[in-house]
Amino acid sequence: MIISGKVHKFGDDVNTDEIIPARYLNTSDARELASHVMEDADPRFPAKVQSGDIIAAGKNFGCGSSREHAPLAIKAAGVACVIAESFARIFYRNAFNIGLTIMESAAAAEARTGHVLRIDTTTGRITNVTLKRSYSAKPIPPFMQDLIAAGGLMQYVRKGKMK
Amino acid sequence: MPRPMTLGEKMLAHAAGAKSVSPGDIIMAKLDLCLGNDITAPLAIQAFYRNKGKRVFNRRKVALVPDHFTPNKDIKSAEQAKIVREFAREQRILYYWDQGEVGIEHALLPEQGVVVPGDVVIGADSHTCTYGALGAFATGVGSTDLAAAMLTGKAWFKVPSTIKLVFKGRLPADVTAKDLILTAIGRLGVEGANYKALEITGPVIDKLSMEGRLTMCNMAIEAGAKTGIVPPDEITRAYAEPRAQRKPRYYFSDAAAVYERVEEFNVTAMEPVVAKPHLPSNVVPVSEVGNVVLDQAVIGSCTNGRIEDLREAAMLLKGKKVSPHVRTIIIPATPMIWRQALKEGLIDIFMAAGCIVSPPTCGPCLGGHMGVLAEGEKAVSTTNRNFVGRMGHTKSEVYLASPGVAAASAIKGRLALPREVRGSGWKQGVKK
Repeated sequence: MIISGKVHKFGDDVNTDEIIPARYLNTSDARELASHVMEDADPRFPAKVQSGDIIAAGKNFGCGSSREHAPLAIKAAGVACVIAESFARIFYRNAFNIGLTIMESAAAAEARTGHVLRIDTTTGRITNVTLKRSYSAKPIPPFMQDLIAAGGLMQYVRKGKMK
Repeated sequence: MPRPMTLGEKMLAHAAGAKSVSPGDIIMAKLDLCLGNDITAPLAIQAFYRNKGKRVFNRRKVALVPDHFTPNKDIKSAEQAKIVREFAREQRILYYWDQGEVGIEHALLPEQGVVVPGDVVIGADSHTCTYGALGAFATGVGSTDLAAAMLTGKAWFKVPSTIKLVFKGRLPADVTAKDLILTAIGRLGVEGANYKALEITGPVIDKLSMEGRLTMCNMAIEAGAKTGIVPPDEITRAYAEPRAQRKPRYYFSDAAAVYERVEEFNVTAMEPVVAKPHLPSNVVPVSEVGNVVLDQAVIGSCTNGRIEDLREAAMLLKGKKVSPHVRTIIIPATPMIWRQALKEGLIDIFMAAGCIVSPPTCGPCLGGHMGVLAEGEKAVSTTNRNFVGRMGHTKSEVYLASPGVAAASAIKGRLALPREVRGSGWKQGVKK
């Protein structure tokens, strides 16, 4: 799949309390969650973000709580892909489980808000169209590729692969 | 001969039905328990039904604890709690608590013997790593993992490499388990143990109570760790065996087990510390923090809401008043702890000092209810996170500390050391 979109840039250690503050966790409705996505990191983000946009961040994106509401809110807001220098463990796992595309790459460090990125999710090739630079993403482990191919963890379970 | 393993690796190997595992292996593990709360379980329950779930794999191996926004803080929270309650009834979930029986999950489950040494556990709550204190392998996951676990009784794991923490020296008065783990997080950083396990060891840990060990393992996630494990010993047995709902299994690391690295801490010169806003790794000694005037103090949570924590606070608050501008909220983590505190006269001490005593709830820790902060307000809290907006307004601040530091600070109205408020009858260097 090819993703081409505009970057919203965030810093290091963006935590799940910033991605979706706990005051909104009294619902599981993805669209309602999306209307507050990233609110405590950038209050204007929910109004600015457009379908197909890309979030780029520094190290340890998604640290903190295990709330799956965080990747759900990002996905429901229409964000096509999150790239970061690194991801916190539970967020990484949750993103694959629910089918939010995420990639670890040095491209995240150099991307700035407004840059346009072109991401080939199959090859892991990331091009910063604005800077005219190319990067490679950290390869996705084979097991995670199986999860993606199955369509997420629940599909993996339904296909009887949880053995 | 299988390769030498850490106790964490042994538990995962057993759960995977393998002779041995190595860091980096992907395994499919049989779970002894999976759990969720009123925030994370509703999403898991939705996924369970959407995928044609009829019955959970084993009603004795699922725990559901509505503890975050309970007693229900608003209509939407009430609806979430209702989803969990109805599911628990329909599925005849054995470990479900409600009304006056519910407590904070990571205090309640060890207390009730629902988690036992040697268990492999996933929980849709990041602080599930707490159970490592019992010599279990427990880690936080998301709601979809919980749904898959409720359906199949299994979860996939990447076997983590292990960092061994060794605490040596003589523990000074007023330096608690909270100070030890905050100091470790300060050194490791919030990403320092990402994807890894911590094995928490050393002569200081050998003497640490189960409460203290639970506090330390609870915050392993704040260094990014998958889990924190204390090797089981006599203290573990004495705690676990009278209450265990299943037979404990004790695992020990082989002498030749491979660690990614070893971090040593000499505690002899340590002082009580706080983690300043807005990261749990932003750790400094209280003596160097300066004049931080407070609006609120919170003593409770899955980190520090156990009976020893309440005793530590009560010893300082006895016969004193909290500052009139510090709302001091005490939250015993479970009903059993609440009643014990009542029996010991601690509740009376708190009330006489001007504190608010809350029912068990996660409440203010995550800015839910029972003590949310306004713009510009500062709190000292025995909880586990101090991210932007964690306890309320994005321009509020949280300082993480031990119950002793929180209690002393509540009295002084600013961040303070326990020795600043202690009466003259107290002998330096001797506890209780």
